Amino acid sequence: MSNEAVLHAPAEAGLHLDAHGDDHHEHHHHETFISKYVFSQDHKMIAKQFLITGMVWAVLGGLMSVLFRLQLGYPDSTFPFLQDLLGKWAEGGKITPEAYYALVTTHGTVLVFFVLTAGLSGTFANFLIPLQIGARDMASPFMNMLSYWFFFAASIVMLSSLFVETGPFSGGWTAYPPLSALGDASPGSKTGMDLWLISMALFVVSSLLGGLNYIATVLNMRTKGMSMTRLPLTIWALFFTAVLGVLSFPVLFSGFILLIFDRNFGTSFYLSDIFINGVGALPNEGGSAILYQHLFWFLGHPEVYIILLPAMGMVSEILSVNSRKPIFGYMAMIGSLFAIAILAFLVWAHHMFVTGLNPFLGSVFVLLTLLIAVPSAIKVFNWLTTLWRGNIRFTPGMMFSIGFVSLFISGGLTGIWLGNSALDIHLHDTYFVIAHFHIVMGVASMFGMFAGIYHWFPKMYGRFLNNTMGYIHFWVTLAGAYLIFWPMHYQGLAGMPRRYYDYSAWESFKQFTELNRFISTVAMIVFAVQLLFLFNFFYSIFKGRKVTTTNPWGANTLEWTTPINPGHGNWVGEIPEVHRWAYDYGKDGKEFIVQTKAVGADESHH
Amino acid sequence: MTVFLITAVIVLIFVVIFQISKASEYVSVLKGEEASRKQNNKINGFLMVSFLVLGLLGVWYCNELYYGKTLLPQGSASVEGERVDSMLWLTLAVTGVVFIGTQIVLFWFAFKYQESEKRKVYFFAHSNTLEIIWTIIPAIALTVLVVIGLRNWFLFTGEPPKEAMVVEVTGKQFGWIFRYPGADAAFGKKYFKNIDNATNSLGIIWEDQLSHDDLVMEQTMYLVKGKPVKLIIGSRDVIHDVGLSHFRMKMDAVPGIPTTLWFTPKYTTTEMKERTKNPNFQYEISCDQMCGNSHYAMKGVIEVLDQEEYDAKIAGTKPYYYTAFPDKDPAMAKPADSIKLAAKPVEVAAKQIAKL
Repeated sequence: MSNEAVLHAPAEAGLHLDAHGDDHHEHHHHETFISKYVFSQDHKMIAKQFLITGMVWAVLGGLMSVLFRLQLGYPDSTFPFLQDLLGKWAEGGKITPEAYYALVTTHGTVLVFFVLTAGLSGTFANFLIPLQIGARDMASPFMNMLSYWFFFAASIVMLSSLFVETGPFSGGWTAYPPLSALGDASPGSKTGMDLWLISMALFVVSSLLGGLNYIATVLNMRTKGMSMTRLPLTIWALFFTAVLGVLSFPVLFSGFILLIFDRNFGTSFYLSDIFINGVGALPNEGGSAILYQHLFWFLGHPEVYIILLPAMGMVSEILSVNSRKPIFGYMAMIGSLFAIAILAFLVWAHHMFVTGLNPFLGSVFVLLTLLIAVPSAIKVFNWLTTLWRGNIRFTPGMMFSIGFVSLFISGGLTGIWLGNSALDIHLHDTYFVIAHFHIVMGVASMFGMFAGIYHWFPKMYGRFLNNTMGYIHFWVTLAGAYLIFWPMHYQGLAGMPRRYYDYSAWESFKQFTELNRFISTVAMIVFAVQLLFLFNFFYSIFKGRKVTTTNPWGANTLEWTTPINPGHGNWVGEIPEVHRWAYDYGKDGKEFIVQTKAVGADESHH
Repeated sequence: MTVFLITAVIVLIFVVIFQISKASEYVSVLKGEEASRKQNNKINGFLMVSFLVLGLLGVWYCNELYYGKTLLPQGSASVEGERVDSMLWLTLAVTGVVFIGTQIVLFWFAFKYQESEKRKVYFFAHSNTLEIIWTIIPAIALTVLVVIGLRNWFLFTGEPPKEAMVVEVTGKQFGWIFRYPGADAAFGKKYFKNIDNATNSLGIIWEDQLSHDDLVMEQTMYLVKGKPVKLIIGSRDVIHDVGLSHFRMKMDAVPGIPTTLWFTPKYTTTEMKERTKNPNFQYEISCDQMCGNSHYAMKGVIEVLDQEEYDAKIAGTKPYYYTAFPDKDPAMAKPADSIKLAAKPVEVAAKQIAKL
């Protein structure tokens, strides 16, 4: 399908390889600190940049959750150190409602977009696509670099919004107008919201630059013999993720543009019939606040699959490698990824069942939403069958993959509750929803990300992460995640609304004081263990046990045919040719057969 | 000082974990990496199955602790909400069986098929029969849930019974305003530019005769036991949400776009105090859509009364028109002021014309 001659032209142009394309590593290329570590066009370095920026945001976002959990767990206590940390936002050591809502909002925005979108698919799409399809780099290394730097710019703007006088945006990560459109309705909707919108606009640009590149690379730059049906499932998942992003982020962008107009230029796209206390009636008439929600969720729902699919892909790969057994139902796995990707565009209004949506339209969305459970069930059963009669090695990556499956089941099943509008009318915007999406999207995808980091760390840095710390990290995080989010289902079944600063004045919800304290305590412990992981990560980059063989996990995919520390261009000499799919584990009594090995005459067919 | 101590303890724990972790790497070099890897594998395999057992016990224990604090034991306080509860139990049964089954299989397989030199991996790449089985069975189960769900959904969102009373609910930062249509059973028109916090919190157009007997109340809404009520929901500023967890209902309040919701209260507030054995029991309206910094305090109360109590309550409430125009109140007519006040409706009418 593709051949070396075609491959070389773009690769060389992008890599500044002069005339010596393949023997890049023998001639030592002159790389400065800036071109190697800062404005790098090497997909592997860009992946690490995304990963480490994502980690910084994960720490900040996680810390924010610890701070607002302090308020929820200990609503009557004061913590003097909070005043040192937050100043006027925690006068006397108690977080103010303004600060609480700003923390909740920024936690959500940052975790969803900066950590689980940029940090997850930015890292692994960049790192794995060229390595696993057999390409020297992305289709456009320059665009790839821009993608990171737009993300960096978005990060800086978001970070700066934390320091403005009126505070960062505080109306929830979904930023529904009119609240997000009117600075008079909430101080966080003043300068903080402008910065939030600018940051998100930059982020959309970053996602599009990255996504287009991933799609172009997967379609055009596969090595000889790497047909689409020989691709590892990681690549299929990252490919569908990129397609989702490219088709849905522009819609979000359009929603933001209209919001910017409503905020700054007096238009009424989202505004109508509004009277603000202390200001009076606004002139806007004829807009629809619900229009924004349609535009937002048209991205917002695919977004949860943008977060989840890369994790699913990596988990499929890691489960298979460490069960020493082929992934079960490879074609069904691709088919279900495809079905999820299509359905992801057709279910957005299930976030809007109680907005006064036309009931008939609502019913269509119920049907399509519950339909997603079918491909999800297929994936779960295929993962379980992959484990069956395997020979499982519990590497930390494998354990996080098993944890992912467990969490995906737990969180996915509650989706069947919430997707059914007649139940959603009771459970909408309660803690049940918090439990659902944190388990299935938040923690599960974090587990996918951890699995990926533990599994590919040797390829990234030529060293292993420390296993003991990895095991502690896994067990505390898994148990902690369930301890935090499982009881929240009960709070949801009591009707307890989300985004409340204090429940003590509510006769219906105040019975959970002790539980809230318990959850907050566990959240702090789990956060501390993530710091342990970060320590392990940075320590192991420099001091970890060295990788001594090119293929430490005994895996079939192409990234393990590169040198232990691959340079820019990945392979020394020719790019290997592929002769088989990626999952010949345990075939004909052989433990594994790498993709580059030609099919023998005596091999059995499957 | 405490902060310092806590930090010191955390750092100490980190250092200990780090030292143990580093030591374990040295030990593995001494013992042979393969041998220590296999030992770790056994430990983790055992932990997998332990996690399963402890986890399932934890699920049971959590239920023991918190089931009583949910709304389920007291049952739905609305007739329609009973359907939510029965649907919830069915969904719980279906998803619960799948949850327990798949989690057991997952962690049991992880334990059972942990690495062993004796085992030969079974090369099993695909089976169309299996794929079809686990496509069709979930599809059937989901169809059942969808059918039941949609029947309820169309009931909840459909037209209320004819005898239903109507109350208009308006959200504002941060409270609720309720309007009753009065004896004529019709609301007067309103326009948001007429809103005036002191005399006209809803922006009622007083020229509309229908508005003259409308009753307006803040914070507390009175309903009648056994009588269906239709709420016409709106907002004055940002999006709010009328959260009625006891009645199992919820609907957004959107500025500019009225929404509706109906249900039939089953128990009076007094009855609920006995049922829940909580003398402070209230039917609370919680705002369930982020609406600003006092979102958490945006509380309304519903008092469900017997018909007689309700009639007495309504009879004792003065139409809102008389709050705006005290001189029109037959109870305290003062003809001298009428000229001055007559100017006001003219002004309002002018606004109306300007709008057109």
